[in-house]
Amino acid sequence: MHRMRGGAPIRVGFDELSGPAIDLTVGHGPRVVQGRKGLGIAVNGSVPGPLIRLKEGQTVRLNVTNMLDTDTSIHWHGLLLPFQMDGVPGISFPGIKPGQTFAYEFQVRQSGTYWYHSHSGLQEQQGHYGPMIIDPAGDEPHGYDRDYILLLSEFTPLDPHFIMDRLRKGEGYFNYQQTSWTDDYPLSAADRRMWAEMRMPATDIADITGSTYTYLANGRGPKEGLEYLFNPGERIRLRIINGGAQTFFNVRIPGLSMTVIAADGQNVKPVEVDEFQIGSAEIYDVIVTPREAEAYTIVAESMDRSGMALATLARRPGARAAIPPPRKPPLLTMGDMGMNHGEGAGGHSMAGMKMRDPALLPPDVEFGPGIDMVSMMPVDKMGDPGLGLRDVGHRVLNYRMLAALTPNTDTREPSRLLELHLTGNMERYMWSFDGRMYSAVSDVPIRFAWNERVRVKLVNNTMMAHPIHLHGMFFELVNGEDAAHQPRKNVVIVQPGASAQFDLTADEPGDWAFHCHLLYHMHGGMMQTVTVMGPEASG
Amino acid sequence: MDSMQGMDHSTMGHDTGSDASSLSPGPDMETPPPPEAGSGPPRAADAFWGAKAMAASREDLRRSHGDFPVFWFQGDRFETQVRDAKDAYLWDIQGYYGGPTERLWFKSEGEGEWGLSPDDAEVQALYSKAIAPFWDVQAGVRQDIAGPDTTHVVLGIQGLAAYRFEVDAAMFLSHRGDLTARIEAELDQRITQRLILQPRIEANLSAQDIPLLGIGAGLDRIEVGARLRYEVRREFAPYIGVDQSWRIGNGADFARARGQASSGTSFVAGIRFWF
Repeated sequence: MHRMRGGAPIRVGFDELSGPAIDLTVGHGPRVVQGRKGLGIAVNGSVPGPLIRLKEGQTVRLNVTNMLDTDTSIHWHGLLLPFQMDGVPGISFPGIKPGQTFAYEFQVRQSGTYWYHSHSGLQEQQGHYGPMIIDPAGDEPHGYDRDYILLLSEFTPLDPHFIMDRLRKGEGYFNYQQTSWTDDYPLSAADRRMWAEMRMPATDIADITGSTYTYLANGRGPKEGLEYLFNPGERIRLRIINGGAQTFFNVRIPGLSMTVIAADGQNVKPVEVDEFQIGSAEIYDVIVTPREAEAYTIVAESMDRSGMALATLARRPGARAAIPPPRKPPLLTMGDMGMNHGEGAGGHSMAGMKMRDPALLPPDVEFGPGIDMVSMMPVDKMGDPGLGLRDVGHRVLNYRMLAALTPNTDTREPSRLLELHLTGNMERYMWSFDGRMYSAVSDVPIRFAWNERVRVKLVNNTMMAHPIHLHGMFFELVNGEDAAHQPRKNVVIVQPGASAQFDLTADEPGDWAFHCHLLYHMHGGMMQTVTVMGPEASG
Repeated sequence: MDSMQGMDHSTMGHDTGSDASSLSPGPDMETPPPPEAGSGPPRAADAFWGAKAMAASREDLRRSHGDFPVFWFQGDRFETQVRDAKDAYLWDIQGYYGGPTERLWFKSEGEGEWGLSPDDAEVQALYSKAIAPFWDVQAGVRQDIAGPDTTHVVLGIQGLAAYRFEVDAAMFLSHRGDLTARIEAELDQRITQRLILQPRIEANLSAQDIPLLGIGAGLDRIEVGARLRYEVRREFAPYIGVDQSWRIGNGADFARARGQASSGTSFVAGIRFWF
């Protein structure tokens, strides 16, 4: 726990830093969001921390000074760099001690929109994050008139350790949208009995909700009026980063379509949508072209609809558009348990199906109390727009709509398949890969040979969506595109009860973190080290 | 499980199905990594920062991601009971310290008339281990701290049954060799997000008559109640309720012989709390 009295009040929003040497200071202080007070951790005194703007090809030295009384770290999310500069205490380096300055130094080998955040304790929840832009060495593939960042996150006055404690102790602590005698969910009495029989809540969409979170746009609450100015007809690039510790957002701009041009910092073939779901740590760059209206509201609704972050595209300062009311909270369905119709299977019977059949798991999964469900028929849901967006009646992004803009360099057919099962126990708040929490496998990495090309299949045996993140490398989503155009990403959402696959070229030697980017799932155990051997190991 | 037919299937499989033929070619059977992938624990960082510098952060990462202990304390029933006879107090508390699958539990319950020491009171110390996703097996000792001095060994099971019944069932073998058992079940019924009705049932059984303790063989005592609580916070909920108990068979005879009622109705008011 941190003692965090004192410290200057934390500012909202961010400055911009660039150049070959950048100084960052991590400190703490009081933080107020819409009148709600809490204790925050900030980089250079602001939440989000400063925008770090780099140029592809440059070398950068980032001096990070720790003014906290506990260890800290900064992880450069999505950056290709030597593993020892990746910033994960216990995997890539020892962390930064109180009072110490650590110099991260590396060459910038890519371009695009990224972000950075603490990988120590639960500091990310307290404000220790910021945006990062790397301008390409050459030209941007798309022209635009304005370039804005929209970093989504959450504020809570609660200590994140208290939140973790409450999640472990259960009782749906933060969920005030549970089924009750007086709810108006479209569930029959039989449905309700079935969910109760399974001991699974159909309303478990988000572990932490608007009951404590105020959702933030660039550090500002929905009433704090973040606005972006535009002139009609201008092309505006919005770099949308989900810096939320535990939140999936559904993002839309009523009255405007959005053209997605990059995902997780990597350019994709432009695709026009009306809404998209963005998991924790995902990044989408979109181009919008506002026209006649005075203002447009950017709505980032929490997936469980318990709150929203808001911003406005405004023709003049202070112009505002209508704010749509939150939509009804979605419910989990049997499909989210992995009960899916087989193609052309016709009728189906649930009779005799087991909620938790070990025969459906490979033998290397540890089948114990940490697994409360085994997906019955996990299918690939790359085409799933996400919980709550499956029937909204407008164009919603899904992973099948993404294609790499420039061809991938490694199009070899993968030489092997690695199957990993996402496992958990909601009641005990245990989360894991293959039934083993990080604490049980800290010395058992997932290993890859140098330059090995591997297809990784993730099977989600839980009823929650997990944004799974690999440090240090991009993988390509196996989404129906040919190998040269499978989109490069470093976070993939695996839908409840479903599977997802990516192809990986293991060409960044070292030890890397691999985890669910929901902060409290990672701390609950859904994490493992990935070890990539260097070229010398293959002789 | 015919009820599942009633689920809303319209959103399932919609634009989400798999079409393997459209995927880029690749293996579909898992195979082990090649020898070139190496073996052993991940220690790449040692070459840059030294094994000693890495050890502490590695240990910290391991201890904070997954299996770490928490302390939980719950006053499940902490109440006053209004009866025809003298009003009474009752406590029923429990808690644990430990990780998600292995915990040290303590439990205590007791009751008595206001102004007097308890008629009935016990404390338990148990080791608890998860044996299934929703179930822990518990073993330890129970000490009765009211009435004749009695020590028991305890073997029990606690968890969440189908339909979300919270169940706590235990057998007790006393130092005098008497075998008894107790089964409790509670069910939370949300009326609104904060107003919760909790029916509760408790049955006490015995393998033999225990005249010293006034316990009858077979089903000795059964208790049925309902408590309506309002969660001001999740951790703090005042409640009111009603509780009905019956002594059965020989247990009822023992009660009558001691000049006690063999059944009783109480109106209760209390707080449920945890932290």
